[in-house]
Amino acid sequence: MQGFLEKIIPNIMSKPGELFTSLGQTLQMMLVSGSISLVFGIIFGVIITVTSENGVLRNKVVFNILDKAINILRSVPFVIMIAWVIPLTRAIVGTAIGTKGAIPPLVFGTVPFFTRQIESALAEVDHGLIEAAESMGSSPWEIVFRVYLKESLPGIIRGVQITFVSLVGLTAMAGAVGGGGLGDFAIRYGHQRGQEDVTWVTVLIILVMVSVIQGLGSWLIKKSTH
Amino acid sequence: MIELEHITKTFNTGPAQVHAVQDVSLSIRDGEIFGIIGFSGAGKSTLVRCVNLLERPTAGRVTVDGRELTALDDGALRRARKKIGMIFQHFNLMPSRTVFGNVAYPLRGGGLSKDQIRDKVRQLLALVELSDKENAYPSQLSGGQKQRVAIARALANDPSILLCDEATSALDPQTTGSILHLLRQLNEQLGLTVVVITHEMGVVKEICDRVAVMDRGRIVEEGTVFEVFSDPKQLITRDFIRTTSNLNKIEELIAEDAPITHLQPGELIVRLTYLQTSVSEPLISKISRDFNVDVNIVFSNVELVKGGSIGGTVAIMSGERKALTDAIRYLSEKNVSVEVIKDARVS
Repeated sequence: MQGFLEKIIPNIMSKPGELFTSLGQTLQMMLVSGSISLVFGIIFGVIITVTSENGVLRNKVVFNILDKAINILRSVPFVIMIAWVIPLTRAIVGTAIGTKGAIPPLVFGTVPFFTRQIESALAEVDHGLIEAAESMGSSPWEIVFRVYLKESLPGIIRGVQITFVSLVGLTAMAGAVGGGGLGDFAIRYGHQRGQEDVTWVTVLIILVMVSVIQGLGSWLIKKSTH
Repeated sequence: MIELEHITKTFNTGPAQVHAVQDVSLSIRDGEIFGIIGFSGAGKSTLVRCVNLLERPTAGRVTVDGRELTALDDGALRRARKKIGMIFQHFNLMPSRTVFGNVAYPLRGGGLSKDQIRDKVRQLLALVELSDKENAYPSQLSGGQKQRVAIARALANDPSILLCDEATSALDPQTTGSILHLLRQLNEQLGLTVVVITHEMGVVKEICDRVAVMDRGRIVEEGTVFEVFSDPKQLITRDFIRTTSNLNKIEELIAEDAPITHLQPGELIVRLTYLQTSVSEPLISKISRDFNVDVNIVFSNVELVKGGSIGGTVAIMSGERKALTDAIRYLSEKNVSVEVIKDARVS
């Protein structure tokens, strides 16, 4: 087995430690920035929904500021975002390089996207349910937690699924600031040094990660849909 | 008691203003079933939403059980809404919750213990005869069952009023009947005041005590169901009465040149509409006997509403010219409205 692997993926077998380190970095970037984005995405997604035209806490000013800010942030290409937020990154985590330094740009890149995912999930909640809740004397906060978030759970999970898959792509780019991770690993060895087996193995690992996210998400969606 | 005073609701939709409700004043008494009927776009759904302020009127005052809702702050309004149940055309049940969860929704956060909530939910489900569906999800229920769950949910906080916004419009006629029966039963057992919004004449006839006819944002006619439908003053009210009666099919039959409408010389087709209590008199046999005219009934329609029966007959009359004229005059004197639809009297 050992011999066989050394034959077909020699460049991986010569540095398995680096592969695992990269995988760990990718997972770390994804989980940390993903969790932070999840919290902010849900908060902003809820705010933009309840402050919209037909929302339970209609507020044109808040809605417009948030709406425009999301559009602006979403228009910035991620590699440029990484450079732009360097001062902020330094202020928040103390460094702009390494895995730690990649997390703030990842959050900035993901939150606007995830906010839109949440917004569209919440928009799918039938307005009749909101009206029914209001007629039963529910307060706006009760409506947020007991109707919007509860009733749109399958949609929210779908948003998380899509966001995490796209986060896999973003973490690969974060290698540009020395963030490490599988993308960085593949570029340094697979691309720049022509070690093709490194590229293939990396792609395979990422494929497994994407499949797990998809599979887990779909299973949860099925469980939460009635 | 629901008191609406000079309610106006205007929507600003871009450049155009929509006057959904215009200066409506209504007073709905405790324990009655009050119908508001109108075609789509008449403003009746907006009006009923003004009762619990789901729509805040642009002008006017809403008073429910002696409290002026339009003067309350948000928190007090929410507490007041718990005492005004509401059901909807599309049921608006929460799909992620079971029947139990839906009925329990308005009870949670109200200071009741888990056991108290469970007992109350079970009691409500028994009331709407759905005890066996406690753990079902709304997607597993029929339309009628969904509306029953919605009714149970609306009654959770023991309201004195139930607002029904087109509650039977998405249901088949048989299910409609059973839901109306349930509403009537709740009205009688719990003394619930029921406000029914509908575009279906049949619904009003079936359960309402009083009715208001709404057209283009205004109440055009109001009174007991019998008053309004035995003697409609407005054209639109007559239109509604027509929708549930087949007495107007005769015009269609004539237009289609159906054989039954082919008259012999000396015959005429008349539509007799009974007003007030004339239905009970044997008028047809009386005129054929006394005036020597033949009356051939094409079709007839008599309905029972609260306070009496309403209906009419379409018939072919034949006989001497004078006898026919006398018979028609006699009917008119007896408070029967007579319309000559087709006339083949020899001149």
